[in-house]
Amino acid sequence: MSSTSQELHDNIVAHDLTKSFGAVRAVRGLDLSLQRGSTVALLGPNGAGKTTTIDMLIGLTKPDAGTVSLFGRTPSEAVKAGMIGAMTQTGQLIDYLTVHELVTMMAAIYPAPLDVEEALRISGADEFADRQTRKLSGGETQRVRFAIALVADAELLVLDEPTVALDVEGRRDFWSAMRAFTARGKTVVFATHYLEEADAYADRIVLMSRGRIVADGAPTEIKATVGGRIIRATLPDVELLALHALPGVTMVDRKGDAITLNCSNSDVTLRELLSTYPTVRDIEVRGAGLEEAFLELTVDDEAP
Amino acid sequence: MTELTYLRYEVLRTWRNRRFLIFSLVFPLILFLAIAGPNKHVTFDHVPFPLYYMTGMIAWGTMVAVISSGARIAAERNAGWTRQLRITPLPTWSYFSAKIVCGYMMALLSMAVLFAAGTSEGVRLDTVQWFVMIGLLLVGLIPFAVMGIMFGHLLKVDSLGPAIGGVTSLFALLGGSYGPLIRSGFLLSVVKFLPSYWLVQASKTSLRGGAWPLEAWLVIVVWTLVLSFVAVRVYERDTKRV
Repeated sequence: MSSTSQELHDNIVAHDLTKSFGAVRAVRGLDLSLQRGSTVALLGPNGAGKTTTIDMLIGLTKPDAGTVSLFGRTPSEAVKAGMIGAMTQTGQLIDYLTVHELVTMMAAIYPAPLDVEEALRISGADEFADRQTRKLSGGETQRVRFAIALVADAELLVLDEPTVALDVEGRRDFWSAMRAFTARGKTVVFATHYLEEADAYADRIVLMSRGRIVADGAPTEIKATVGGRIIRATLPDVELLALHALPGVTMVDRKGDAITLNCSNSDVTLRELLSTYPTVRDIEVRGAGLEEAFLELTVDDEAP
Repeated sequence: MTELTYLRYEVLRTWRNRRFLIFSLVFPLILFLAIAGPNKHVTFDHVPFPLYYMTGMIAWGTMVAVISSGARIAAERNAGWTRQLRITPLPTWSYFSAKIVCGYMMALLSMAVLFAAGTSEGVRLDTVQWFVMIGLLLVGLIPFAVMGIMFGHLLKVDSLGPAIGGVTSLFALLGGSYGPLIRSGFLLSVVKFLPSYWLVQASKTSLRGGAWPLEAWLVIVVWTLVLSFVAVRVYERDTKRV
């Protein structure tokens, strides 16, 4: 990997990152280069290594091997310079303070913080700014943690599964707040296991499974790879090749009379399937799910 | 200046935590009034009894104040808050020193209340003696402030209360806070190795118009160094594990 110093200065570069916890190889030789100003989703199922990767990027976890450069600095240098705002996966707030006081306290630590009122407004925490932190619901706590990450006004904002504790409405509010923030040209890295979130809010999706990157690209590309549905049905005496020729089909399998079609567009496939093969029965359609997509993508991988 | 804002809110948090006040201030005060009051005119261990007991109760209350403040780190670790702070530019040292400042602030409050109570029970010292006593108390608390930070990294939240209560009571008891249990012999020379003994002696020392003997300074310095060494080790162990 040869990076010029200019590239290093502009990007977040991870090289050959490796981390094990006992016998579990959480991250296995990860190489990644993220451009300043982009919004990148780390997408993967639980245990894919997203959190470990994020923790190594921001210096909370020391890699067993490999290096991280954040705009030309080490993670701890970047942290000291106030270049990172982060919302880790879990965490509570300290008590005996109101929301407003807590965010003000945190803002004071950073060299060039965002205006406290603005951080509260963007995060939606302004609605309960005068409430004591220990009297907040899970969703409200999450918004305050977001406000704390925002108030740093850091070059890099890192969010580890930020919407986990939120309901559907909370999720929508969160991401519209996020959009307002990314419009300011900051770099955002977030982890999620929801394809829809990654698709809707990232310019780039890095798909992880079992500690490795298994796909990396624009949301449209990733969605075509993993966003499909599976049609199962009973249909005797049909050529696999003929099934593969159906529109919207990406993969075909047959066990006896039972057929399985992986589809990028199951609606179109289903219509065509029914009109071409009127004898088809026991039809079942379901989302392929990330887990299955990941298994498919990592099928050539050696055993863990 | 920014760290002053941070400190200001830490102080505010400490002040709002009323449980903190009960053990560092209310209990010693009640005990002082209950025991020193009826023995106002007794002379004890070469000092007027109210003065002896006032210093004893101050030693106990201020020990609780500075240890509890540092030990609150345990709760913040448990909440994942220290992890949050590790991704901010706040230096670890500033985080610790804010805890120490808060502990000392509560200690000063506890002292002020007991001075007032002492004066009402007939304690009389001249200005120099007051200052010598306060100075010795502040220095003598240093190892306990460090001990608080050590506890903050060593203990689980559940065991904090009993641990602080037990440790401070033991140091107070052996140091002579509740009355000089041990007044001579081999055991006295053992007790003189405790920093709490010298906290309790601060009043007697100031009455004589002098400072501590050399051995007192050595005891404070050695305890501070040893506890600091342990505190740094447990801190490092704690941050590596994550």
